Amino acid sequence: MPDQAGLEAIAQELRAADASSVLGTTFDRGRAEVQIDPAKNVAVIELLREKGFTFLASLHGVDYYPEEPRLGVVYELLDMTAIDRISVKARVSIDDPKIATVTKIWPGADFPERELYDMFGVVFEGHDDLRRILMPEDYEGFPQRRDFPVGGEPVLFTYNETDQYGKDR
Amino acid sequence: MSAISDYRKREESVTMSAESVGESHELLTLNIGPHHPATHGVLRLIATLEGEVVRDIKPIIGYVHTGIEKTAEQKQYWKAIPVVERMDYLSYYFNAMAFCGAVETLLGLEIPPRAQYLRVLHMELNRIMSHLVWLGTSALDLGAMSMFWYCFRERETILDLFEMSSGQRMHTRYFQVGGVIEDIPVGFAEKVQAFVDDMPTRADQYADLLEKNEILLSRLRDTCTLDAESLLGLNVTGPLLRAAGVPWDLRKATPYCGYEKFDFKIPVGTVGDNYDRFRVRHAELYESTKIIDQALNGLPEGPWIADDRKVVLPPRHELATSMEALIHHFKLVTEGFRVPEGECYFPIEAPRGELGCFVRSDGSSKPARVHMRDPSFVNLQATAPMVKDSYIADLIATLAMVDPVLGGVDR
Repeated sequence: MPDQAGLEAIAQELRAADASSVLGTTFDRGRAEVQIDPAKNVAVIELLREKGFTFLASLHGVDYYPEEPRLGVVYELLDMTAIDRISVKARVSIDDPKIATVTKIWPGADFPERELYDMFGVVFEGHDDLRRILMPEDYEGFPQRRDFPVGGEPVLFTYNETDQYGKDR
Repeated sequence: MSAISDYRKREESVTMSAESVGESHELLTLNIGPHHPATHGVLRLIATLEGEVVRDIKPIIGYVHTGIEKTAEQKQYWKAIPVVERMDYLSYYFNAMAFCGAVETLLGLEIPPRAQYLRVLHMELNRIMSHLVWLGTSALDLGAMSMFWYCFRERETILDLFEMSSGQRMHTRYFQVGGVIEDIPVGFAEKVQAFVDDMPTRADQYADLLEKNEILLSRLRDTCTLDAESLLGLNVTGPLLRAAGVPWDLRKATPYCGYEKFDFKIPVGTVGDNYDRFRVRHAELYESTKIIDQALNGLPEGPWIADDRKVVLPPRHELATSMEALIHHFKLVTEGFRVPEGECYFPIEAPRGELGCFVRSDGSSKPARVHMRDPSFVNLQATAPMVKDSYIADLIATLAMVDPVLGGVDR
């Protein structure tokens, strides 16, 4: 992890390239995080890649209900040479959850982006094959959102299989 | 609408990238799974074949999606451990470690050295166990049936050890936030020592059975090679990446849980074919055995769980004598402990690669978000580029060597 000063230096460099790209930084319990403008995620990630953070360790979503913008898209970047990690977080609103895909940079972002779309409804623009991955294709709603209830869906048994989801069977 | 047409309708969105091959040939789309022994779980593959050659595969997953991440949000931190353990059902100690590690980082909790050693000991036993299941089932896929029995014999020994230390053979809930639930019982050390002494000989025997087997070698060597650069682009970690010659292991790179105190090597392959994938995992059996030996013989004395009564359950015997302990116990069991606001990503080296647990705390006693970056989920994407333009028989071998655990893929 870069320390506090290292994180600020990285943020400065990102700001120097595009002043509006970085919204803030957090250094908390050893974790360095840069909050960025979702419209500029690819540019920021490309810059960080040039700085050595070439590996996308993880890509996941967070729902900050009830704060707006609600949905967070978190990229955990890893520098395998300097052994350093940095998190990049872009927050998108629930009404227009759109962000550019990074599958062109890392083909391996395919499944994680689909999972994020499936669970939170974040639309990755430019993704070739954006469809549900873990939930059934005809599923409605985005289950990992905080306002999605647990147990809001009846369990399918023989006696009710024709009432709900299986009614067209 | 009949059930069959409904099924087809759901598949409409699955597009195949393979092109048509002219007038004389035609492409065959073959469905493999979800219920097929070679898929090692409920994985479904739609394969496009030209004769016997695979032109494209599309993995369809989600058949064992149980919403564990969502369930964990409804549970107090310490009650979320059992559900988190059930994700990748062959590496439950690692799942628990990633989750506990993330929560401990958020709490700023110090882990006693004995707890760290016990964790390392159990994780490495678990790694061997996971690799044995992989070796047994993979060899079975390649026609070496007897390997399955030998590997499961040693796996049973390990499961017996787990049962001895925690009372459970799988999903042991042995790791707690702050350390481990109990000290190891009397006689455990001797049994682990016996296993450690035995294991290298067993691993030698596996090698003797497989290494000189002409069929196995010709099916593994130079099949489905993928270079390190492509693997890194696909975010692949673990033995698959190491087989391509990248010595990346989080236990060495960013030691956690006291791994810096242990002496072990990282096996790496050369070209990244199925044979290297097999050799790397096989070599890890020896290295893990070495770590277990060191953890067992260097086991420090002292407490096996942190002494923070606001987080850790008080010892059972104190409940009868101390009112304060009783109150703490009651508060912890009913409400659970609160974790200061914040976010944490805790990556560890699981048997299949980087297992990272992301936990967001909103200050309450339940996590606001738990996400597991499961290595199987990410590594599965590498199957398609690996098997492109190779024979369908190699697809089965490659799937075995990728070693996805569908519980981890679907969570």
